[in-house]
Amino acid sequence: MSALDPTGLGAQRLPGRVALVTGGLRGIGLACVERFLAEGAEVVLTDLEDPGTDYATETLDRLGQAASYVQANVTSEDDWQAVRDAVAERHGRLHVLVNNAGIDLTGAVASLSMEGWRKIMAINVDGVFLGVRTFVPLMEQSGAEVRGGASIINVSSIMGLVGMSEVAGYNASKGAVRMFTKSIALEFAEKRMPIRANSLHPGFVVTPLLQAGFQRWVDSGVADKPQDLVDMGSQKTPIGRLADPSELAGAAFFLASSDSSYMTGAELVIDGGWTAQ
Amino acid sequence: MRLEGKVALVTGGTSGIGAGTVGRLAAEGARVVFTGSNAAAAEQVCAATGARFHKHDVTDAAAWPELTDMILADFGRLDIAFANAGTESGDASVEDITMDGWNKVVGVNQTGAMLTVQHAIRAMKRNAQGPTGAIVVNSSMNAHRAMGNFVAYSVTKAAVVALVKSAAVHCGNQGYAIRVNAILPGVVETAMIRNIIEGSGDPAATRAAYEGMSPLKRMASVEEVAALVAWLGSDESRFVSGSEYVIDGATTAGMMGV
Repeated sequence: MSALDPTGLGAQRLPGRVALVTGGLRGIGLACVERFLAEGAEVVLTDLEDPGTDYATETLDRLGQAASYVQANVTSEDDWQAVRDAVAERHGRLHVLVNNAGIDLTGAVASLSMEGWRKIMAINVDGVFLGVRTFVPLMEQSGAEVRGGASIINVSSIMGLVGMSEVAGYNASKGAVRMFTKSIALEFAEKRMPIRANSLHPGFVVTPLLQAGFQRWVDSGVADKPQDLVDMGSQKTPIGRLADPSELAGAAFFLASSDSSYMTGAELVIDGGWTAQ
Repeated sequence: MRLEGKVALVTGGTSGIGAGTVGRLAAEGARVVFTGSNAAAAEQVCAATGARFHKHDVTDAAAWPELTDMILADFGRLDIAFANAGTESGDASVEDITMDGWNKVVGVNQTGAMLTVQHAIRAMKRNAQGPTGAIVVNSSMNAHRAMGNFVAYSVTKAAVVALVKSAAVHCGNQGYAIRVNAILPGVVETAMIRNIIEGSGDPAATRAAYEGMSPLKRMASVEEVAALVAWLGSDESRFVSGSEYVIDGATTAGMMGV
């Protein structure tokens, strides 16, 4: 803080910090990566995609030198070791971990396959657990460097707070992320580890995941075209529209910054008022 | 700066979280009007922040239009309202509370918050670009974890969460771009809490008890709460409405007392 910068906010508010974002090539993850970079952080992003694809190459080129990519599957312990080695080698520190990678699963509960159930639990729940387990030691060291400590941001959903018919697998996985986050927040606090942990609960956000889900609903005859579902969702949201990924990144940025230094074990709902009604 | 060009109202702004928020909003570029009853304390806040004080009791319904008219006349608009004024004076257990005590706490914490939201919406509707703004109501973690010896405080802090949700849904239904959210702080180290600590028989033990409520083993600072209000008041949170954000150092994330 200085006379020129009385709030300590500055033009860029995460200089010197290192962030890791899973599922970082698209949607909410990519928006978090872009926001953290804009705030002066260095960012490592992971995703399933081969970095040689046209899309990945273009995206990573655009993100620039402060970003680096590790191809990794969040369900693989081996891949997490590789991510840890990459972060340790390139930065030696980690202040922010966004466990964002996730998939959805819809359908009548009696129709769900064991394979589908295990897959969503592996990605949405095991992936979050493995990310936290892998990086707690490094974040404990790095957290002491920054006011308010290191910050773990687990992306749950409003589907981790309220139920929805034929969304049983996604509901169960996101509810698990919510309670997992509270438990680790309590553990870190009680052990005086400088790591905070909070969950984000997006409502309907215009991402490739949502668009793919809407297309499946169209294919199954729920609606004529995806735009009908966008219109229906907008109409049912008090704010009157769906969210842009950048609006979730704004919340992730707040949790990543020292401004949220007393927030741990909390739930940040960003849903345009959907669950208030 | 993030709040450049915005005009903010903070009720109960002469001390504690209110005064801290006046400072934070002003530091981020907002022009701030704050209310309260303690003119001497208000002078210090004005001197430190450049904000304007308007003596007003949040429960005085008849005087609300004068306050919002003044803001619109002198500052041209209202973008942020922080319904912060609150009290626990006169509170007691459900078995012991007097009608006077109950009415006082319900009047300030619940009716005062409703009037703040009501008049903020009415004023924000008169902004040049139509109904726009962000309203933040100061609830408490006690909305979710009640205190046996503070029945009215616990009840009113839960009530204002429902107030926030109803107001957020109403604004949505009406097509207003006005967002309404609640913050639920844990124990915050305000001058009021410091006075309670110093005035207790065993200040060290009282301080330790307050600090021990959070697993972080410390109270929140006023600045930490003000930072959340600033975020909810800014355009960063433009998709957040009807939400209740807990800021309690994980106090209510688990079972209290464990």
